Amino acid sequence: MFKKILSPVDLAHVDKLAKAMTVTGDLARSNGAEICFVGVTVSTPSEMGRTPEEFNQKLEKFAAEQGAILGVPTSSHMIVSHDPATQMNQNLEDAVSEIGADLVVMATHPPGVSDYFWSGHGAHLAAHSKASVMLIRG
Amino acid sequence: MVDQSPNTEELEGIPSPDGTTQLIETDYEIGEDNVEGSVGPFGFDIHNPVFLISGMSIVAFVFYTLALPEQSNALFSWLFGAVTKGFDWFFLGAANIFVLFCIALIVTPWGNVRLGGTEATPDYSYIGWFAMLFAAGMGIGLMFYGVSEPMSHFSSSLGGTAAENGVRTDWAPLGAASGDQDAAVRLGMAATIFHWGLHPWAIYAIVALSLALFSYNKGLPLTIRSAFYPIFGDAVWGWVGHIIDTLAVFATLFGLATSLGFGATQANAGLNELFGLPVGSTTEVVLISVITAIALVSVLRGLDGGVKVLSEINMGLAFLLLIFVLLVGPTIYLVKLFFTSLGAYLQYLPALSNPVGREDVNFMQGWTSFYWAWWISWSPFVGMFIARVSRGRTVREFIICVLLIPSMVCVLWMTVFGGTALHQVINDGYTLAQEATLELKLFKMLDVMPLAGITSLVGIMLVVVFFVTSSDSGSLVIDTITAGGKIDAPVPQRAFWCIFEGAVAIVLLLSAGGLQSLQSMVISTGLPFTVVLLLMCIAIGKGLSSERRSIKDAA
Repeated sequence: MFKKILSPVDLAHVDKLAKAMTVTGDLARSNGAEICFVGVTVSTPSEMGRTPEEFNQKLEKFAAEQGAILGVPTSSHMIVSHDPATQMNQNLEDAVSEIGADLVVMATHPPGVSDYFWSGHGAHLAAHSKASVMLIRG
Repeated sequence: MVDQSPNTEELEGIPSPDGTTQLIETDYEIGEDNVEGSVGPFGFDIHNPVFLISGMSIVAFVFYTLALPEQSNALFSWLFGAVTKGFDWFFLGAANIFVLFCIALIVTPWGNVRLGGTEATPDYSYIGWFAMLFAAGMGIGLMFYGVSEPMSHFSSSLGGTAAENGVRTDWAPLGAASGDQDAAVRLGMAATIFHWGLHPWAIYAIVALSLALFSYNKGLPLTIRSAFYPIFGDAVWGWVGHIIDTLAVFATLFGLATSLGFGATQANAGLNELFGLPVGSTTEVVLISVITAIALVSVLRGLDGGVKVLSEINMGLAFLLLIFVLLVGPTIYLVKLFFTSLGAYLQYLPALSNPVGREDVNFMQGWTSFYWAWWISWSPFVGMFIARVSRGRTVREFIICVLLIPSMVCVLWMTVFGGTALHQVINDGYTLAQEATLELKLFKMLDVMPLAGITSLVGIMLVVVFFVTSSDSGSLVIDTITAGGKIDAPVPQRAFWCIFEGAVAIVLLLSAGGLQSLQSMVISTGLPFTVVLLLMCIAIGKGLSSERRSIKDAA
C-alpha cells in the first residue's frame, strides 16, 4: 500500500523515538516499503554536529543502524534550515515531496495547553501534505 | 579534506563543511552548559549561567535606575562623559584601524576565503541579504538623521569658529566655513557621511566577519565568545566567555529598549503632527506595545517568514521614498551634490578621522566619539545578525557588500534627504525643516513637496517597521547568545526576549529620565567593546591565515 515512509527524527532526542521506530518498522515490513529518515539541522554549529556534514553522517549512521535493527531498507535525508524552530512545518512538507514519500509516521507529544496556540508539526503535516500521516503518541 | 562518504569508519573525525576549512579542535560540545526544561506549556533550552545573569542584571539595572533616579543619572552621565571625552582618541584611532583592516582584507589573498568552506553556497540572495543588513544596522537612524545631520553641520560650519580661552566652543567640524555657503555644504555633507559611511560599517563588518568565520569555518557556536578562541583558548567556555556574552546581551537589550523608548516618543511627535494624536505617555506606551506586538509576530514567524519579509518590505518602501524625493525634489542639484559630497568626503576623510591634536573638540567628542561609541555598542547585535545571514560569501565579497555598498547607499540617502532640505533653506528660503525638532524635520521637509500626506504616512510606516526589524532581529540575537549559540532553541524563548525588551522600554519611558541615563550607560559599553573589536581583528587574522594554509595543503 505504501512504498516510501518518511520518518522525521530528532537526533538529540533519540530516546523518545522507540515506540515510533517499532511502529514504522512494522509498517515498512508489512508494506514492503523503504523508510527514509529525515533530520533537520542548521548551518551554524549545533549540538548534533559542528558542521551540517557531521550531522549528515550521524543521520546516515542512524538510518543504517535502524535498517539493521528493523530489517527493512532505509535511507536518510538531511534538511538544512535557516530557522528550524519556526520553519519545521514547511521543511517537513518540502521533504515529503522531495523524497516522494506516501506515508509519514512520526512521534508526537500528548496534546497540551500550547497546542491551542500553535499546533504540532504532525498536525500541520496532516492538514497540508499529500501523504498519509500517522502520529504516534509517546 | 575528509571523505564525506557514509562510511561508518570515518565518523570519528569531524567532516569539513562544504569543501575545505580548518576546523578548530576543542572538546567543548555545543549545548553542554545548557539547561533544558519547561515552564508550564513552554519549553526552554538556555545557557547556564549566561541567560540568568543577563536577565537578572538587566532587571537589577532597571530597578537601580527607578529607585535612585538622580544618583543613577549622575553616575551614568558622568560615565558617558568620561568615556566619550576621555577616550575620544581611542575610539577614533580604533575605528580607523577597523576601516584599514577591512580594506586590507579586500585586497589581500585572505579575501579569497569563503565563509562556510570553499564549496559553500550563499544562504540568501543579494536583495534579501542587503535588506536585512540595512534593517538591522542603521534603518531608524537614517530616518531621523538623514535630514537633520547635514543641516546641523551645515549651520555650525556656516557660523564659523568661536573660541574661549583658546578652546573652541563652536560645534563646527574641522576649521568650519565661516560665511561660505558652498564650502559649508561640502563640509556639512562630508562630516555627515563620515559618521554614516565607512567607519560604522567597518565596525559591523569586523564583528560579523569574526563570528561568521569562527562559526561556519571553525565549527564553534554562534556566540560572541567564539571569536576569542584563538586568544583565550578553551578558557572562553568558562567565565571569560560568560562575561563577554553577558556584556553583549546587556548592550543589545538596553540598546534596543532605549531606542524603542526614544523611537516611540519620536513616532508620537510625527503622528501628532500628521493626525493630531495626543502626545503623552499613554500614546507612547501604546506605540511600544504595538511595535513589540508586530515584532513578536515576526519572531514567531521566524527568520525567513518574518524578519526577512519585513526587511524587504522596508527596503522597498525606503527605496520608493528615496526615488520620490530625488525625482520630485531638486533632481539636478542632488545629482551634482552626490558627486560633490563624495569628493568632499574623500577630501576631508583624513582630517576628520585624525584621532589626536584636533581643534574642533566639540565636534570630535560630541559627534564623532559619541557616534563611534554608539555604533560599537550596537556592533555585537548587528554583527551577530549579519553573521547569521552571510554564510557562503567569500571574505572579499562580504567586506565589499558590508562595507562599501552600504557606505555608498548612505552617501546617496544623506545626499537626497539632507540635500533637499539644504536646497530648501538655501534656494527657497524655507526654514521650517531647519527649525523643527529632530523628529519632525523629515515631515517638515516632505510637507512642501507634492503628495505630502502620502509620503509622510510612508515615513511614519518606515519608522515603525524599522523599529520592528531592529526589535525582532535583536530578539533572535539575544536568544541565540543566551542559548549558548543554538539557533534552534524553543520559540517561546525568543518571544520572552521580545516582550522583555518592550517591557523594559515601557518601564524606562514612564520613569523620570530613565531612558536618558540608561542610554548613556549603553553607549559607555562601547569602550570595553572597542577592546573586544581590536582583539577580534587579531583573531580574524589568525583564523584566516589558518584557513589559507588548509586550502593550500588541500590543493
